[in-house]
Amino acid sequence: MSDPAEMMRRRRAVHGWLLLSPALILLATFAFAPSAMTVWTSLFSRGTRRRPSEFVGLETYQRLFDDPAFWTVAWNNLLYAAVTIPVSMALALTMALWANARMPARGFLRTAYFTPTMLPMIAAANLWLFFYTPGFGVLDQLVTGLGFASVNWLGQPETALWAICAVTIWKEAGFFMIFYLAALQTIPPDLEEAASIEGASRLAYTRRVVLPLLAPTTLFIAVNATINSVKLIDHLFILTKGGPSDASKLMLYYIWENAFAFFDAPAAAAATVLVLAALGGLAAFQFRVADRRIHY
Amino acid sequence: MGALARIEPLLALALAGLWISPLLFAGWAAFHDPSAAVGFDLSAPWTLDNFRTAWAGAPWPRYFLNTFLLVTTVLIGQFVLCTLAGFAFAQVAFRGKDTIFALVLLQLFILPEVLIVENYRVASALGLLDTILGIGAPYMASAFGIFLMRQAFKSVPKELDEAARIEGCSLLGTLWRVYVPAARPTYLAYALVSVSTHWNNFLWPLIATNSDSTRPLTVGLSIFGAPENGVDIAVISAATGMAIAPLLVAFLVFQRQFVQAFLRAGIK
Repeated sequence: MSDPAEMMRRRRAVHGWLLLSPALILLATFAFAPSAMTVWTSLFSRGTRRRPSEFVGLETYQRLFDDPAFWTVAWNNLLYAAVTIPVSMALALTMALWANARMPARGFLRTAYFTPTMLPMIAAANLWLFFYTPGFGVLDQLVTGLGFASVNWLGQPETALWAICAVTIWKEAGFFMIFYLAALQTIPPDLEEAASIEGASRLAYTRRVVLPLLAPTTLFIAVNATINSVKLIDHLFILTKGGPSDASKLMLYYIWENAFAFFDAPAAAAATVLVLAALGGLAAFQFRVADRRIHY
Repeated sequence: MGALARIEPLLALALAGLWISPLLFAGWAAFHDPSAAVGFDLSAPWTLDNFRTAWAGAPWPRYFLNTFLLVTTVLIGQFVLCTLAGFAFAQVAFRGKDTIFALVLLQLFILPEVLIVENYRVASALGLLDTILGIGAPYMASAFGIFLMRQAFKSVPKELDEAARIEGCSLLGTLWRVYVPAARPTYLAYALVSVSTHWNNFLWPLIATNSDSTRPLTVGLSIFGAPENGVDIAVISAATGMAIAPLLVAFLVFQRQFVQAFLRAGIK
């Protein structure tokens, strides 16, 4: 027989694959196969009882691109990302700086900022409904109390998406805060002392010393926030259902609606493929660029 | 410097107040008569009527049980699968490991949420629709969990491993006696993150269930609060309060552990 070292190596390989197999089977079943099948589904027409589905190539994609609603939704989602990512990150950083500084009631600050993270998005939406509802919502009472006209925040196209953004920012800023907080706590206090001896103001110290040191954390949070801008759509189900006239509709909701309300699986699949491509781009960025600088 | 330093604590507190105000308002409304809640009548008497109405309006005990079963199923599945896979990636040398690992990491970006269309077909083909296992299955082989366990197992000293082997432990025996106990803090962190994620999850459970016998709290809450049902806001607040109370109370009591858990899970 072959030498013992070779036998050992084979045994290890068998062990390795055996240990991996349960996870790989599930990953294949619920991640890799569905991804491939999504591409496949997007290439076929929508089957009806009378007409079975047939191969149509990229026709469904063409149909999506010709549909103004698709572009509205894509644009909404870009805006959603462009608003929620920087605002929640800036708030997270501010919260972390405050929660890390010598402040009264620091424990309370941390708890208050972080608590929304622990709530389901559905519950968060219910709480905010209380703010947004016209007539008796808190926000409306404030506005009318100050003598302005009543505003239907969720019911008009100009404000609906912004109202959705506000809930998302509220939900995730505190979550991102803890990563900044952890990073801040690793900065040696001597640095601040040295900076103040040199006569640097706190603002300058924050900008010149703290922010560069936080760069890896910022990148990590940015990737997560980008993923969230695709994923966090649960509140749409409660607050607007994507309306009025698609003004607050986001991509994942659009996919859900196409698949499970309009039963248009090919359109849902084609939109999913586009989202997967975008996320793939993000993954490539993360592995290529970010991993060189971030140390997990 | 002076002025800014003096108003900063006030700003910090104001933001904190703003941040918890939705919870406070809803909490206050839940305990008041709907008309008082709507009119912000601060002198109105406290009442538990909203909770009675909400409790009678939906099968809440069933929803609680379903959510409990769901988070438990997901957690057990994740622990078993991620422990085995994480151990293979951390401590067993074999060819092709790095390629497979990269493939697994890709799942961090192929979110189960995005694959709802085809996952529905898969779950349906496997007869998993409208079962707790069906809601949990797509999340069990979590790339995030595998990564987390791999990192934890990598930091176990080699000497412990070798000592166990010399004592005659098999591979699985070593995993169970040496690695799993050493990774206990990571398991705790992972458990807290997993439970709070799946307690709060909504979209896939919404799709994968179609009866009250499997619906978790989030889905039940969304149906209960749907505008079509015409439930008033004080009652919705009460129902929301019931649904979030267990996790929220656990968080407020074990706050440090929760925050540490999210940190450990995120930064590693």
